[in-house]
Amino acid sequence: MTLELRGITKRFGALVANDHIDLTVRAGEIHCLLGENGAGKSTLMNVLYGLYTADEGEVLIDGVVQRFSGPGDAMAAGIGMVHQHFMLIPVFTVAENVMLGHEETLSGGRLDLPAARAKVREIATRFGFHVDPDAVVEDLPVGVQQRVEIIKALSRDARVIVFDEPTAVLTPQETDELMAIMRQLKDSGAAIVFITHKLREVREVADRITVVRRGAVVGEAEPGASDAELAALMVGRPVELTVRKDAPVRRDTGLQVQDLVVTDERGTVVVDGASFAVDGGEVLVIAGVQGNGQTELAEALVGLQRARSGSIRLDGRELVGLSVRRILEAGVGFVPEDRNVDGLVGDFSVAENLVLNRLDGPPFARRGMLQLGTRDEFARTKVDEFDIRTQGIETPVGRLSGGNQQKVVLARELSRDLRLFVAAQPTRGVDVGSIEFIHKRIVATRDAGVPVVVLSTELDEAVALGDRILVMYRGRVVGIVPSTTPRDVLGLMMAGIAPERTGAA
Amino acid sequence: MSHAAPQDPRGGQAAATDATPGAPGDVVADAEVPLTDTDVVHSRHGGTGPADPRWSEAFTRIVSGGWAVSLGAVLLAVLGGSIMIAVTDEAVRTASGYFFSRPSDTLGAVGSAVGNSYAALFRGAVWDYRADDVATAIRPLTSSLTFATPLIAAGLGVALAFRAGLFNIGGQGQILVAAAAAGWVGFGADLPWPLHMLLAMAVGIAAGALWAGIAGLLKATTGAHEVIVTIMLNYVAFYLLSWLLATPGLLQAPGSANPKTPPTAQSALMPDLLGPRYNLHLGFVFALLAVAGVWWLLHRSTLGFTFRAVGENPSAARVAGVDVGRTTVSAMLVAGGLLGLAGTSQVLGQVTTGFGSDIDAGIGFDAITVALLGRSSPLGVLAASILFGAFKAGGSAMQASQGVPIEIVLVVQSLIVLFIAAPPLVRAVFRLPQPGRRRPPRSRSRRDRKAVTA
Repeated sequence: MTLELRGITKRFGALVANDHIDLTVRAGEIHCLLGENGAGKSTLMNVLYGLYTADEGEVLIDGVVQRFSGPGDAMAAGIGMVHQHFMLIPVFTVAENVMLGHEETLSGGRLDLPAARAKVREIATRFGFHVDPDAVVEDLPVGVQQRVEIIKALSRDARVIVFDEPTAVLTPQETDELMAIMRQLKDSGAAIVFITHKLREVREVADRITVVRRGAVVGEAEPGASDAELAALMVGRPVELTVRKDAPVRRDTGLQVQDLVVTDERGTVVVDGASFAVDGGEVLVIAGVQGNGQTELAEALVGLQRARSGSIRLDGRELVGLSVRRILEAGVGFVPEDRNVDGLVGDFSVAENLVLNRLDGPPFARRGMLQLGTRDEFARTKVDEFDIRTQGIETPVGRLSGGNQQKVVLARELSRDLRLFVAAQPTRGVDVGSIEFIHKRIVATRDAGVPVVVLSTELDEAVALGDRILVMYRGRVVGIVPSTTPRDVLGLMMAGIAPERTGAA
Repeated sequence: MSHAAPQDPRGGQAAATDATPGAPGDVVADAEVPLTDTDVVHSRHGGTGPADPRWSEAFTRIVSGGWAVSLGAVLLAVLGGSIMIAVTDEAVRTASGYFFSRPSDTLGAVGSAVGNSYAALFRGAVWDYRADDVATAIRPLTSSLTFATPLIAAGLGVALAFRAGLFNIGGQGQILVAAAAAGWVGFGADLPWPLHMLLAMAVGIAAGALWAGIAGLLKATTGAHEVIVTIMLNYVAFYLLSWLLATPGLLQAPGSANPKTPPTAQSALMPDLLGPRYNLHLGFVFALLAVAGVWWLLHRSTLGFTFRAVGENPSAARVAGVDVGRTTVSAMLVAGGLLGLAGTSQVLGQVTTGFGSDIDAGIGFDAITVALLGRSSPLGVLAASILFGAFKAGGSAMQASQGVPIEIVLVVQSLIVLFIAAPPLVRAVFRLPQPGRRRPPRSRSRRDRKAVTA
């Protein structure tokens, strides 16, 4: 079957998320939709899946115009979607999840679970997965949960399967397995739409590549295209993909973490005895698959998570037990993982956000009064220095693009007198152009002699930015290795397998 | 609103027969009990259970609607009121009996009923164009401003709490406690004016602040939701005051069996601003000062900045080193102080002949409406309060001259809240642009993602 999108246009107020997009997906091919965050890929797929109604344009299946008023219609037409964030009910079993929404009943209204189990087994066998139909979903590893999503789509006879950023939550090995599954699906005659912004994956599986930028299709690329070519298409100009940096000039140890244990509110240990040191003038990247304790570790460094035991010393001074305020005063700069939640107040202006954590004394506050003149002058300087693209310093920060929002956070943190800089996922949801800039600033901070800790789930970034890489798995430090370590070793470490020669430093 | 019994300025409480204790939480408490974003902080960084982000979204949306929505809501509510007037009018009902033979009679009756009623409302609230001299003609306006006085202060208290992400339903309790404290100083102490008045005010404001502070402290230390706590504190305040009023030797007037205090001493009164012909008292000036003060606090002080930051995004505030719990307590203290000001202006300016346990006169709840209508901004609250003062003053005139039930005004007030709570409805009716969703759902915060349903 052939899926065709013709002239799809979707507007949100003044923003045109999709601007007359044409896309054709044929059976037996993997069609990559490549674009930066916010380019309109997901909007397009939500139109396809019936979650949004397009303002203009139409969806055709085998030349017949379709009208979807909801995901139910899309599923009935043979479109399945594997969402980035799984749409599974964690406390249900695999079989229950698969049958949810089109339950079949036996006499007396009993659920026909045996049929659902048989279906799960049948599909799993067909594609060579191993999925226990009676396993409870929340007990399964992320990669397996994703397979449950795939089975769910296939159980409804999906002929077109959309994968929306499927690799964000996977280890490199799991990613490879997913690629294999996608190829199998393709060979069985399904049409695959693969949404991603990771160039490596695109080149690996794509049969055809469509690049989307600012809501419009900007071109098609051959699978053989180089990273640089694809990136240039995505961004609209040549991009430097590697981080240019000199060898680190190490100074004295700045940050010393010893046997740090952090628990979450339920008492589960999320950071399990982490020990490491970061010297002034070096970048330590904390890598690992999302959700293995990196976030909590970073938050513990800033006092946002209480350390159950262990110590965090900065230039010899104990930080455990201090309030966030005191830790900030001690010279710790922090770029939180989710800037919209933890880093910025969306309705506040750029200027207000630039001084968000600096209002307990001069120069931005005196005797409890805001010094608006000083603040605005500071904001104007920083907007220039960090190339923050905004209409003005009074613009609410929520209206800026992801990259410019991140620059606001970065400008705020780097403008203080730092003794330690912690950046969690500093380039997530940031356009490629801004990524370059952010990386440069991080390296500049390192070169100024500040110890830098960067959290990253992207292996490319970890390797490019880090001087050393610390890999976490299930709250434990698997190992600390130089950034020259081969990728497959790093991949194994992210799955919890420690490299042979290196111990936990 | 529930309790907005028509109150004769300076003349003591009108028909306070409705002394049902069901007063606390009658109206708005049932309408909207959204969780604020602060819960989210607790849930994520060690605290209570998970919070539903939809509630905080709804909360933000309702609390920060646009001016156009406020205006539209008022217009729609007035339209709804017109229908009520028409339906309840005797002449309209008679004429509608033969509607199909002479429809013009019905329409004419509707026109005159509605027209006369709103004309009476205007006469009673703004300008009595039938009066002989200007001094009499402006009397309704001063009366509206008098009614608006406690509402301004109370509305500011609720609005300030809104800005800090707190839903203060406890206006009634805070006003009652403040009135009791200020009244006690007002008739009990023996001091010269203005010392006596200022002391009574200070004690009343402090009492209101502390009463609200309890809710803030409980929220900050245990995560108890301020909506629940403040509602319950309303009951506590109501019954506590009832007991004080019924117990000889406490607040009850000596030699009286009524649950009523002695009159406020002359030296503690807020004097009339425009002479004895008008009711407008010094409390109005204090209310205006409070408007300026709250504006300054919110927009020029670091404390107000932290209030707003915590209100808009407690997670980011916490990461920026703000002590969210302490901010919650401070915000409730200031909010309670403003409601305390409303309470003191009631006993020192409005009801000076001794008061009962209905001294709050529904202001605590009207304050929520006023804060919503005024978009939680100080000037908006001022405007909305004057509008509501006018409704109160004009409502009685409407009843007296047109026989329109006073409840119509309460219906209009309630409809205003209803429409404000449903901005998309107002926008659709007036064809205002619906705010575009800037971000598609997928790119929402990671908390939202966790709460994904199948």
